[in-house]
Amino acid sequence: MKTFTKLGLLTLATCLSFSAHAHRSWMLPSATILSGDAPWVTVDAAVSNDIFYFEHFPLQIEGVGQPFARPGAQQPPQAADGKPAPQPMQRPRASLQIQRPDGSLAQPQFGNTGRYRSTFDVELDQKGTWKLAIANQGLFASYELDGERKRWSGKLEDIKAAIPAKADKLQVTRSSSRMEVFVTSGAPSEQVLKPTGKGLELAPSTHPNDLVQGEAARFVFLLDGKQAANVKVTLIREGIRYRDTLDEIELTTNDQGEFSVDWPQAGMYWIEAVSSMPVKDDSPVTQRRDSYTATLEVMAP
Amino acid sequence: MRKLFLPLALLTASPLLSAARMDIDVEIPRLDVAEYHRPYVALWLEQDGRHVANLNVWYDIKMKDNEGEKWLKDMRQWWRRSGRTLEFPVDGVSAATRAPGVHNLTFSASDDALKGLQAGEFQLLVEAAREVGGRELLRIPLQWPIDQQQTGEARGSHELGRIAATLTP
Repeated sequence: MKTFTKLGLLTLATCLSFSAHAHRSWMLPSATILSGDAPWVTVDAAVSNDIFYFEHFPLQIEGVGQPFARPGAQQPPQAADGKPAPQPMQRPRASLQIQRPDGSLAQPQFGNTGRYRSTFDVELDQKGTWKLAIANQGLFASYELDGERKRWSGKLEDIKAAIPAKADKLQVTRSSSRMEVFVTSGAPSEQVLKPTGKGLELAPSTHPNDLVQGEAARFVFLLDGKQAANVKVTLIREGIRYRDTLDEIELTTNDQGEFSVDWPQAGMYWIEAVSSMPVKDDSPVTQRRDSYTATLEVMAP
Repeated sequence: MRKLFLPLALLTASPLLSAARMDIDVEIPRLDVAEYHRPYVALWLEQDGRHVANLNVWYDIKMKDNEGEKWLKDMRQWWRRSGRTLEFPVDGVSAATRAPGVHNLTFSASDDALKGLQAGEFQLLVEAAREVGGRELLRIPLQWPIDQQQTGEARGSHELGRIAATLTP
C-alpha cells in the first residue's frame, strides 16, 4: 500500500512530462464546434492508460477544485525504523491557460477535482477559436550510485549539490510538454494558433476545428519555433474500449516538419508527438525531450 | 422606332421583368416518435463545391436569449460552408421551423441568392437536423440559367421527405 501510494504520486508527477509512458494526460472538451451567442464547453481532464477513459488519476489543475490526495496519503508513511519516510516527490498542480480568440485570458468555471478526473467549464464569450493549454518544463536526472539506480528532478543550478560527483551513468534530461485543446464558437480564427516559439508545437495548415472525415489535414510541428523534421506522431481515436485493436495512426514529420492525416473516421482523436535528441553544450544536460499532445475532433462529412 | 425598341430591350435583357423562378417543395415527414421537435432545416445553393447563397434557414427564432441558435451547428455541413460566418438572424433567410407537411417556397431568378450563380450545373442542398433525432442532407443537381423547364428531386429516408425543385423560365 505504501509503495502503491508513493508510486501513484510519482507517476502523477512524472507523467505530465513523460507522457510516452503508459499513463497519458489529456483534456476532453464536450464540443469543439459551437453556435449561439455565448455557448459553454465543459472539459474533462485526466491521467489514464486508456485514452478518454477515467481510470487512474485526475489531471490536477490550479484553480480547478481542491487538490486531490488519496485517502490516507496525507500521513507520511512510516519507514521500517519507525521514522517518517521521506515524502514522495510532489509537483504543483498544472497551470491551465484559457486563451480567448483575441489572446486575452479567461478563467475556468465550476471546477472540480474528483477521484478520476477534473472538470471545468468555459463560457465562450467571444466568437472565434479558443485555446486551452497546459505547458510544463522540467529537468530530470537518472544515475547509478554504488550500483543502485536513482532519480532526481529539480532545477539546473541545484544539480551539482544534489547529485554526488561519483554518480555513474548520469543522464540529465530537459523536458517540455504542451497539451492543447481548440474550440471554436462561430467562424474559426487564427490568433491563438500562433506558436510561442518554445518547445514542440503544432502549427496547423488545416485549422484544428475544421477537420472532416475523408479530407486530408496538414500540420507542421515546430521545435522552438523551427520546423521539426523526423518527429514521431501518434493518433488514437476515441472508443478503444469497443474495439480489439488500438488502430493507432503513426506518422513522422518530413524535412519541413510537415505531416498530413487522412481521417479514416469521425470522432475525437488524441494526438501525441515526441521529439528527443542529445544535447551537446556546456551544461550538465545530456538530452532534451519535448512532447506535444492535443485532442482534436474530426467531424462526419 | 425608339418607342418600340426600349420596351423590347427591357423584356429580353432585364431579369427584373423575367418571370423565371425556382419552386421548391420541402416535405417534412410526420414521425411517430415519443418526443417530437420540428427539425432545423437549411436550404442553400452550391456550385463547383462552393457555397453560393443561402435560401432559407429554419430554426427556433423565438427562444429567449437566442437560445435556438445553439443547435444551428447540428446542420453540420451547412454550418461549415456558411452558417458559422453569419450573424443571426439573417434577413430574408432566418425563419421559424415548420410543421410536418409539404412546404412550397418560391425564389425569383432575379433574387440576390440566384443571381450569384454562374452558367452551368449548380446544386440545391437541403440539410435537416432534429433535436433528439437525426440529421439528413440531400442534394439536387440543376442547370443555370433557366432556359427551359427543369425538375429535380430527391427523397430523404428519415428527417426529410420528398424535396422537389422546379425551374420555370
